[in-house]
Amino acid sequence: MRNIADDRVHLTREHAVELLRQMTRVRRFEEKCAELYTQEKIRGFLHLYIGEEANAVGVISTLTGDEAIVATYREHGHALVRGLPMNEVMAEMFGKAVGSSRGRGGSMHIFSAHHRFFGGNAIVAGGLPLAVGLALADKMLGIERATCCFFGEGAAAEGEFHESLNLAALWHLPVLFVCENNFYAMGTALARSQSNPSISARAAVYGIASEAVDGMNVVDVEAAARRAVHAVRRGEGPRFIETKTYRFRAHSMFDPDLYREKAEIETWKKRDPMVLFADWALSAALLNLDDREAIEADVAQEIEAAVAFAEAADFEPVEDLMKDVVSPPSEYIR
Amino acid sequence: MTNSRLTYREAVREALREALARDKRVFLMGEDVNRYGGAYACSLGLPAEFGDERVRDAPLSESAFVGAGIGAALGGMRPIVEIMTINFSLLALDQIVNSAATLRHMSGGQFSVPIVIRMATGAGRQLAAQHSHSLEGWYGHIPGIRVLAPATVADARRMLWPALEDPDPVIIMEHATLYNDEDELPADGDMSVDITKAATRRQGSDVTVIAHSACVKKALNAAEMLVGEGIDCEVIDLRILRPLDDETIIASVRKTHRAVVVDEAWRSGSLAAEISSRITEQAFYDLDAPVERVCGAEVPIPYPKHLEQAALPQPQSIAAAVRKAMRR
Repeated sequence: MRNIADDRVHLTREHAVELLRQMTRVRRFEEKCAELYTQEKIRGFLHLYIGEEANAVGVISTLTGDEAIVATYREHGHALVRGLPMNEVMAEMFGKAVGSSRGRGGSMHIFSAHHRFFGGNAIVAGGLPLAVGLALADKMLGIERATCCFFGEGAAAEGEFHESLNLAALWHLPVLFVCENNFYAMGTALARSQSNPSISARAAVYGIASEAVDGMNVVDVEAAARRAVHAVRRGEGPRFIETKTYRFRAHSMFDPDLYREKAEIETWKKRDPMVLFADWALSAALLNLDDREAIEADVAQEIEAAVAFAEAADFEPVEDLMKDVVSPPSEYIR
Repeated sequence: MTNSRLTYREAVREALREALARDKRVFLMGEDVNRYGGAYACSLGLPAEFGDERVRDAPLSESAFVGAGIGAALGGMRPIVEIMTINFSLLALDQIVNSAATLRHMSGGQFSVPIVIRMATGAGRQLAAQHSHSLEGWYGHIPGIRVLAPATVADARRMLWPALEDPDPVIIMEHATLYNDEDELPADGDMSVDITKAATRRQGSDVTVIAHSACVKKALNAAEMLVGEGIDCEVIDLRILRPLDDETIIASVRKTHRAVVVDEAWRSGSLAAEISSRITEQAFYDLDAPVERVCGAEVPIPYPKHLEQAALPQPQSIAAAVRKAMRR
C-alpha cells in the first residue's frame, strides 16, 4: 500500500486517533440517523454523507475554532467535526427545541453561532456568496483568518458559484472553497451536466490557485487543506480545493438510486475512507486494533446518549411559532 | 434652526454620508456606486470622503454582492447594498428570500442579518419593461424583512439610519421619479424617524386614499382636484410596506367610511389587494362603499410616454375612483 501520509501532515498517534475518531463519529451517527428515519423519528429530507467523511474531517482539522464554516444540506458531518455537540445535532434531526437550530431547521439547516457554523444551506451554491461576505467582513475588520465554504460539484453549474469566485478573487478575500465532488448532482452525473468536468480547472480561470485531491484519503485532503488555508491566512487571496469523493448511499432517503451502476458503487466502496485510513494506520503502527475498538465503543456510547437526549427532549411549543421571524421589538405582520 | 433645501437624491446622499460617518461598520456596495457615482448619482462624492473600501464598486453579480452583503452582516458589518433597479433585484432574490429573510427564524434565533438593501423602483422615465416595474409588493410578501418606501425628501433623508439600526434585513425602495423632488428640511437636529408607522399626509373626512412612494403625490393632487367638488380626502402614505401599519389605515377608514387604495404595481396579487382585504376584514361594518383600487395596468411597462402614463395611476384616475366611492 502507498504511504498516504507522504506529505507535510504531521501524523502523530494522537492525530491519527483523532482523524479516525471523527470519521467514525460521522459514519455511525449517520447510520443511526438512517435507522431512525425508517422508524419515522427523523422526517423530511435526510442527505447522508456516508463515504465522504474524509473531506469534512481532513479540512476542518486544519481550521481554527473561530474560522467560519459555510456548508450545504449534507452537513451533519461538518457540524459534528466542527464541534457542535452531538446531542444538539441529534435533537435537531428530531426537530426538538434543544436542537442546534431549536428544531426548526432539521437535517438540512444545522446552525451554531457559538461555533461560527453558518449552516446548513439547502440552495445549491447559495452558501458561496455568504462565505465571500464573511471573508469580506474579516478583511474590512482586519481579522486575519479564513472562511471555509463547502459545496458539491453541482454548484459549479450555478451562477452564484461563478459570481462568488470572481468576487473573492477580485477582492482578494480570505476564502477557502472546498468542492466535494461526488460526481452526482442528485441523480445527474457530472458528465451529463457540465461542459468542463474539471471543477478545479474552472476555479483556476478566475485566477484562484486550485488543486484536485483524492477525497477518499483523509491525509491527502488534510494536506491540501493545510497548504491552502495557510496561504489564505497569509493574505494570498482565496484558494480552491476539489476533492474527488463518492456518496455510498442514495441522494436522500426518497431516492431509489436508479441512475448509478451497482458496480460503480461497489468499486468506490472498496476505497472507503475510514477503512483506507484505519488499515494504513494499523500497518504503519500508528494505531492498534484496541484503538479501533475503543473508538467504536466510545462513539457507540456517544450516539446512544445523543438518541436518548433527543428522545427525551421536548418540541418547541406551538405558541413560539412566530418567535424570531424578526427581532423582538418589531411587530409581526398579521 | 436653519433650513436647507435639498433634493430627494441629495437627501439619500446625506443619509449615506451620515451613516458612513457615524459607524465604521457601515459600507456601501453596489454596481457603479464609486467611480460612476451611483446610477442615480446618490453616492457622488462619497468615495473621496470615505475611500474605495467603504464605497465599493461591485461587478454585475447581484446574487453574489447581495449575498456577500448578507455574509458581511453576519460577520459584524453594517452593509448598505445598492441595487440599480428593482428589476435587477430579481437576480438576487435567492439571497434575499432564502438567506436574509430566513436565517434568524431557521437558525432558532441565533443570527441577525443587519443589512440594508436600497433599490430604485417604479416607472415614469420611459425606461421600458425591464427597468420600470413596481415589485415592492413581492418583497412585502416575505416574512423576516422590513420594507420601506420613502415618498418624501424628509423620509429619504431620515429612514436610512433607523434601517441600519434594525437588526433585521431592511429593503428601501426609492422611486426613480422622486430623485429630483425638492423640499425644505431642517439642516441639523434630530434626524431619526419612526419606521413602523404610516403617515397621514392630508387630513380629510370623506374618503381615505392610501398610497405609497410616487403615488402619494398623485393622491395629494387628486385630493386638491376634488376640493372644488366638495370632497375632502384623507391621504395616507404607507411608508412601511412590511409590516403594514394596520392601525393607522383602519383608524382612518373608521373615520371616513370609504377607502381608495392606489398602487403603481399590477392589480392581481398586489399590495393594494392586501390592503383592501385588511380593510374588509377589520372595518367591513364601517364601510359606506366598496373599497376601490387604482393600480397599474397589467402590461409590461411600455416605452412611449403616452402608453407609459396610461399604464400608471394618475391624479385623474384616482379622483375618478374617489368619486365612485362617494357615489358621485
